[in-house]
Amino acid sequence: MIEDKDILVVDHDQPPLSAAERLYIPQILEGMKTTVRHFGKTIFKGPITVQYPEERRELRVENYRGIHRLNRDEQGRVACVACFMCSTACPADCIHIEGAESPWDDREKYPVKFDIDELRCIYCGMCEEACPVDAIELTPGYDLVGRSREEMIFDKEQLLAIYDETKGIKPRKNPRITGYPRTEDPAGGHTANSGEADA
Amino acid sequence: MTEFLTSQFGVSTLLAIIVIGTLLGTTAYCIYFERKIAGFIQDRPGPNRVGPGGIFQLVADGLKFVFKEDVIPGHVDKPLFVLAPAIIFLVAFIAFAAIPWGGQWEIADGRFVDIQVANPDIGLLYILGVASMSVYGIVLGGWASNNKYSLMGAIRATAQMLSYEIPLGLCILVIVLTMGTLRLEDITLQQTDYWLGFIPQWNVFLHPIAFGILFVTALAEANRTPFDLVEAEQELVGGFHTEYSALKFGMFFLSEYAHMITTSALITVLFLGGWHFPWITWTQPEATHFGAVVVKIIVLCAKVAGFIFVMMWLRWTLPRFRFDQLMRLAWKGLIPVTLALFVLAAVLVYFGLHRSVWALVGNAVILLVTLLVAGSSRTEVTGRASNLPPIGVGPIPPGVREAGVSG
Repeated sequence: MIEDKDILVVDHDQPPLSAAERLYIPQILEGMKTTVRHFGKTIFKGPITVQYPEERRELRVENYRGIHRLNRDEQGRVACVACFMCSTACPADCIHIEGAESPWDDREKYPVKFDIDELRCIYCGMCEEACPVDAIELTPGYDLVGRSREEMIFDKEQLLAIYDETKGIKPRKNPRITGYPRTEDPAGGHTANSGEADA
Repeated sequence: MTEFLTSQFGVSTLLAIIVIGTLLGTTAYCIYFERKIAGFIQDRPGPNRVGPGGIFQLVADGLKFVFKEDVIPGHVDKPLFVLAPAIIFLVAFIAFAAIPWGGQWEIADGRFVDIQVANPDIGLLYILGVASMSVYGIVLGGWASNNKYSLMGAIRATAQMLSYEIPLGLCILVIVLTMGTLRLEDITLQQTDYWLGFIPQWNVFLHPIAFGILFVTALAEANRTPFDLVEAEQELVGGFHTEYSALKFGMFFLSEYAHMITTSALITVLFLGGWHFPWITWTQPEATHFGAVVVKIIVLCAKVAGFIFVMMWLRWTLPRFRFDQLMRLAWKGLIPVTLALFVLAAVLVYFGLHRSVWALVGNAVILLVTLLVAGSSRTEVTGRASNLPPIGVGPIPPGVREAGVSG
């Protein structure tokens, strides 16, 4: 229901300008009062802006989806098992993996090549949701620059390096959607909210 | 050599060089302060990258102006195109010659020199004449650019400056009648007495309305917001200086600020007692030693700086007038009021009451009549909601409430 308070009625019967208003002066003084208040506030309390490259404002959203990283396992090896789930899930088709037989005993495959075209990527986060071993994650990093398109295709080493830099950060994946009709998954496997595990 | 330097001519020459040099620096710094004030009013720090607090920003800007390519488009009238910024720049700076900066200086025993580049009897007329020349720079620039936006800007400038010169002239005439002289130094000197022993006899206390109107017209003459229709980026790209680049544009830009300083100095001399300030003995006309001259110059500059701050403050407060509003303000508002003030001043002079409290009484009467006339005016105010077709007035139509989305 629309409440009465939600309805905005434009009042067309505004009174004609008063004598003082026709001299413009009261309104001008009122405006000058407002601007000088901001002037004083900025001088004494400092501006509300931040000096961007040196200063950064904290991100307002917890699950900000920025540049990807490729996680390492406990032994420092790449965690990816080259299952191609992420590149299959990717709607922008920006992940290119070449798998090979793993030299380690605990898995069958590992990626020899793992390239992400950061310019093609739409930062939807489907890859991290698809990943069965939580090897690919989106970090909160947002200042991604490069001089050429080629430079913006990140290979495995670069993505691992991003992990090394952001090791301390545990990216918070999509939070639980309240009221979302959950069906019990008998296999207990992947659901839309699987990212909740690390929350 | 010392003979030359201590003569009036020598002092004037030296002063001219100092004034031009200082003024070029000051106008450049005005741009910096304008940007700083704009920043503070808009809750941001303003330029702060070049040097501490950004104080070398103007060096960076100036270098950019100098080293940018100076484009002269093929379709322009070349001689006039080059002449226009030169005229406006020259005119903005030569007006300072008649400003009395610091009264008299006793340079040797019994020998006085004026701290003024020139002290002609018609100093006020000189400033008015020179100031009205600046419209040539704008009109020539707009015409020579051979571009419809530039021309429209120039036409607006002409109409606006002609309209606002009338109240400007009438306001100045009020002062001329009251003071009985056109010499700016004498006008200052006549304001150095006191009423009741403590109120300085500044003209602002005699004719406050004329003071306010002169300030408004000065804004219009300098093409400052809210009267900057000449530039009006949203409508005219850049107005008369659309086609200009590099140093030629820089000259237009600087001369706007030079114009602000001139008009501020003129208002200060006419209404705020020039270099005089109560309670500071060194700013009284009797003090003529070098220290007093310096203090007087500082006092005058402080008053001018105050005006410039208010002009900048206004610029970042008010939106621009529409052209019909601009014309209505001049012809239907300012000119009748200033005419009334002029008649008042003439009547007071006739009865010899021009420096008495009767001037204030007359001002109050004029303000009252203006309020009455303005209040009884039934002129439709354009651009208000009452002139628009009705939308959504009256009771809520049936069905709207039920059609609302729940949640």
